[in-house]
Amino acid sequence: MLILSIASVSFVFLIGIGLYWRAAPLFNENTLYSLFRSSEWAPSSGKFGFYPFIMGTLWVTLIAIVVALPLCLLTGVYLTEYAKSSVRRVMLPLVNILAGIPPVIYGVWGIFFVVPIVREYVAPRFTEYSSGYTVLTGGVVLAVMIFPILVSIVSEVLKTIPKELKDASLSLGATKWETIKKVVLKRALPGIIAATVLAVSRAFGETIAVLMVCGNVPVAPTSVFDGGYPLPALIANNFGEMMSIPLYDSALMFAALLLFVIIFLFNLVSRIILNRIEHKYSS
Amino acid sequence: MGIKKRKTEETIFKALMVLACIMVGSSLFLIVGTIVVKGLPYLTWDMVSKIPQGGFYIGEEGGVLNAIIGSLYLAGGATVLGLCISIPISIYLNIYLKRGSFLSKSAKLAFDVLFGIPSIVYGAFAFSIMIWMGVRASLLGGVIAVTLLIIPILVRTLDEVIATVPKELKHAALSLGATRWEAAKVILRQIRPGIYTAVLLAFGRGIGDVASVLFTAGFSDNIPIYIDEPAATLPLAIFFQLSSPIPEVQGRAYASALILTIIILVIVVVSHFIAAKQTKHNI
Repeated sequence: MLILSIASVSFVFLIGIGLYWRAAPLFNENTLYSLFRSSEWAPSSGKFGFYPFIMGTLWVTLIAIVVALPLCLLTGVYLTEYAKSSVRRVMLPLVNILAGIPPVIYGVWGIFFVVPIVREYVAPRFTEYSSGYTVLTGGVVLAVMIFPILVSIVSEVLKTIPKELKDASLSLGATKWETIKKVVLKRALPGIIAATVLAVSRAFGETIAVLMVCGNVPVAPTSVFDGGYPLPALIANNFGEMMSIPLYDSALMFAALLLFVIIFLFNLVSRIILNRIEHKYSS
Repeated sequence: MGIKKRKTEETIFKALMVLACIMVGSSLFLIVGTIVVKGLPYLTWDMVSKIPQGGFYIGEEGGVLNAIIGSLYLAGGATVLGLCISIPISIYLNIYLKRGSFLSKSAKLAFDVLFGIPSIVYGAFAFSIMIWMGVRASLLGGVIAVTLLIIPILVRTLDEVIATVPKELKHAALSLGATRWEAAKVILRQIRPGIYTAVLLAFGRGIGDVASVLFTAGFSDNIPIYIDEPAATLPLAIFFQLSSPIPEVQGRAYASALILTIIILVIVVVSHFIAAKQTKHNI
């Protein structure tokens, strides 16, 4: 059991090392800087520029957070501060089910619900033509996917705020909303940031749902109505043919490594913050 | 600010919160509703009882039984394997180690971080293991990838469940002269419903995930008999059928999505009832 436990801890590093080992041949011919900055993606002639894919990932993630964070903050505050317990009893299972829905189902929903809305109603107001398969669509689908994690962690964090603090503010004549705004949210800020970072990393790595609605154009998007091509989609779409072209598999493994490192750091930082919050209030 | 203005602000934000809450809650119904509306017309008995016949992918006879069985095998195998690894780990972390020791702290952090690693990274990593071991895309490869994916889920859930067991139980067992292993057996019996919940959670995640099995499990029109045969999975079947230009095949994708959604909903509802039963036992 000791061995299993130690093995599981070192497993985190094993993933990193394993991916690096597979990606290493790429570094012989390219510098890290050129990999990040170049936007030329032509595997057959050995050109691997990750810029469009990194930008695609960033756009989609950013849109998802901009959509999801305000909604989830409001929901979290409502559920912990205002809602009757009956509302809570209904909402929490709903959020749990939402968390259990597989990515591919989100993707199907995105194609039949979000894509037509973007194509018919949203995009025509701003641009001339859009297929509906855009970074905006991907962002909206992702936003719904990160609702559960955001709502549940924000609620957990808000629950740790001591009642005395709220009572003190209320007894000074502040309204409930003022108490929330100036006391509760201020106190919960580190936790909310940690929750957001976790949600960002979840959005970062999401593959299939985004791949299905994002358009997969290997060009850095310039508006929300452009198609994008996030890193995970790149890996998933090209795995079949990667063994036939030299260095292609290394490039895809490098994409996986990149995702792993970013998400590892994000998760580590936010989990440490969240653990500290929990520890502070439980003892 | 006058009291009236302050009250208005409160009312506005409360309305916004209710609105946000409704949006988050209704997103689930939107998703499930879209899938049901799209999938129900195509759902026939043949879909769930037959494997693809000749010409299935141009809209002829057949069903997705191969994918349903493949997914069940895959998720089932991975869950069993995952349990064999994660039960000893969580017992060791909670019963053998002192709370707050370095190993238990870092192991918990490691599992929190692993929990956040996206499935595509697990898929890529498992794929490099497979190349290293010389395994080709097969049921075995898929089981490896999904096991890696669900171990963090299992460990974290079991950890939470064991934390709900009163400390006195462990102390009582130990003071009666039981070894720590015997005490662990007592606790395991106590948390049996919790184990079921963890299993269902992991199984649901395993059956719905696609990015991890994309390159590890392969795809096949037959039901796998041996562990080294490629196996079809339901999410992957949805994904492939959806990209077909033929309406009948696309229709099958909707029906397959509906089947997957039903499986997930059943799992979630059952685990909800088991969890409810457990809390009843504890009080």
